[in-house]
Amino acid sequence: MTEQTKTSESAVGDVVLEAVSISRDYYLGRGRSGPVLSAVRDVSLSLYRRGVVAIVGESGSGKSTVARMLAGQETLTSGEVRLDGKVVHLKHRRAFRAYKREVQMVFQDPFASLNSVHTVRHHLERPIKIHRGIQGKQAIEEEMYRLLTLVSMTPPELFLPKYPHELSGGQRQRVAIARAIAASPRVLLADEPISMLDVSIRLDILRLLSDLRETLELAMLYITHDIASARYVADEILVMYAGEIVERGPAEEVTQSPAHPYTQLLVSSAPNPDALGSSLKTGTKIVPGQAGSALSSIVGCRFSPRCPFADEQCRTTRPPIVPTNDGRLVACWHLEQAAPSSVALTTKPRTTRAKKVLEKPD
Amino acid sequence: MSTSVIPITAVPPVGKSRRKFSSYPLKARIGAIIVGVFVLLAIFGPYLAPFDPSATKNTQAYPVGPNWTHLLGTTAIGGDVLSQMLVGIRATVFVGLTAGVIATFLSVLVGVSSGFLGGASDEGLSLLTNAVLVLPALPLLVVILGYLPQASNLVTAFVLSVLGWPWGARVIRAQTLSLRRRDFVAAARETGESTWRIIVSEIIPNEVSLIAASFVGTVLYAILTSVALTFLGLGDLSNWSLGSMLYWSQNGNAITLGAWWWYLPPGLAVAFLGMGLVLLNFGLDELGNPRLRDATGQHKIAGHVWRPADPTPVVRDSDLVKRGLFTRGFAALRQGVRPVRSSVAKGDDVETTIKGNADG
Repeated sequence: MTEQTKTSESAVGDVVLEAVSISRDYYLGRGRSGPVLSAVRDVSLSLYRRGVVAIVGESGSGKSTVARMLAGQETLTSGEVRLDGKVVHLKHRRAFRAYKREVQMVFQDPFASLNSVHTVRHHLERPIKIHRGIQGKQAIEEEMYRLLTLVSMTPPELFLPKYPHELSGGQRQRVAIARAIAASPRVLLADEPISMLDVSIRLDILRLLSDLRETLELAMLYITHDIASARYVADEILVMYAGEIVERGPAEEVTQSPAHPYTQLLVSSAPNPDALGSSLKTGTKIVPGQAGSALSSIVGCRFSPRCPFADEQCRTTRPPIVPTNDGRLVACWHLEQAAPSSVALTTKPRTTRAKKVLEKPD
Repeated sequence: MSTSVIPITAVPPVGKSRRKFSSYPLKARIGAIIVGVFVLLAIFGPYLAPFDPSATKNTQAYPVGPNWTHLLGTTAIGGDVLSQMLVGIRATVFVGLTAGVIATFLSVLVGVSSGFLGGASDEGLSLLTNAVLVLPALPLLVVILGYLPQASNLVTAFVLSVLGWPWGARVIRAQTLSLRRRDFVAAARETGESTWRIIVSEIIPNEVSLIAASFVGTVLYAILTSVALTFLGLGDLSNWSLGSMLYWSQNGNAITLGAWWWYLPPGLAVAFLGMGLVLLNFGLDELGNPRLRDATGQHKIAGHVWRPADPTPVVRDSDLVKRGLFTRGFAALRQGVRPVRSSVAKGDDVETTIKGNADG
């Protein structure tokens, strides 16, 4: 852990939000007779106080669906979400509001997530009124000033009367973040918060999120397709492909020595000036192909059509996610070819639930 | 808080400037003026009327053409046409606006609920909308208004609005379907807003221009239909309106008598009011969709209007730009002079080259 923005591991607190093998299916045909797309299959993860977990994957890998399910915007097909160990039920409006007091989400596109007919003041005032029970105009005004200062939009009185179209992309995303923390949540789900922003301000927003994580003791889920930025902010990285987790582990290990062929592809496609031209460790080229299909009719490994190591076993049997000797979990039948340094400790599938990968003997 | 966050430098506040009337599209301005005049006449007309519109004079000398006493002449029984107009515009505008308000309210109610709720409610409400949409409105109105014992203006407006809401509802439903999947609706749900509040405070404000256009369209429909129905004798004939004026003029053989001042003013008034509403509607469309705006006069370069179809005048030469001669190059081009080519070597006297060309 060289980045100063990361928390030291001892500082990571208790589990706040937990997903236990959550899945989400979509029926593609009319009714329930057509093909089934399992957008998310059997994903488990835990968010710790002051910890950042990143989900990395390409478009359509189901990473945003995971965030939406955790936020309560999407129903679960199976599995459960637990807040402080208690299973979350969001059937009723009151329960949903109470949940929103704890778990907030920041959206990808700051140009779409703010309503263009309302001012910054409206966007901040509503969550304060709904969730905080702050009485009196003066108190609400002070709270809005505090929030805008927290996201470095100073002086606040200048930005409160502005409409979204009068702000830059970075400023809009700051307003969106301020709105999310206005409810004073304990969990922040950031769904690709920097992908729609100019490269020059991405780092600012990432720093802002890291600072907020520290000062507000947030548990954060950071979703991205850019594995380099995940390494920058996250403690743990989950790599998703076609709705399934293919590799998970501490951020440094996953990015520095990727084990799963897909993770290797992701790492090699990040524009890293130190490793220009590097491909798979073995030098084997990935078969170019379309984004992974998540149709539930597919048996076997969903990455097998693009994988250079794929054989008959991969195409017929789904690989279990198993722990390796270097402290992570990988779902691949041919680990010895893909990453010779990682050795699977067992071939038995192991439940990933509540696995504290962050706890390492030190 | 750690100090790694870069502070944003202060931006000077931008005062909320009111849009000038002259900045709106020309069509919208003309339409607004025409409709505005009619609304003013509807409010104040009856107080301006010089005579009692229903007063009659039992002589054989009528109808009388326009003169200084009766500016628009009189009817066959001696009624003052101008007074009838000034009194009658109120009823026509009243029917139009009332039907417009009720029908737009119904369109928004049905369109937004159908688009936002989706599922079975959407199916049901869409079915209702389509069913009312395919009803043959005019024959049905003839039957309904002929059946009703007392066809007052309010009743006419009500019947018109019950049959006039589906167009708006369909458009608003489509827009709502597109809006409800946007991120700001999901974000409002994140904030914990209720469904009702999301509809009223997040969705509907985004549809205001659409609702306004739908309202104007419905008013136009209601005015034209009510005038037509009254002309056919199916509306309120006991009160003065543009429609009943046309009815009585036709009844009094105005055309055979050659009394153009009797039927032309109400007819032209209806036409003008309709034109004003159509122009207002086009103008609202242009406000919402800038691509419909006329491009002429939009771009002025060096005092000349450039139309989008004109070729781009490429006389790119860094020396020209640096010496401020770029715009003069444009001027030369407009006079039909050969463009200054970039092959002009550095140090050449470009200015004299242009002048020489322009003179020659």
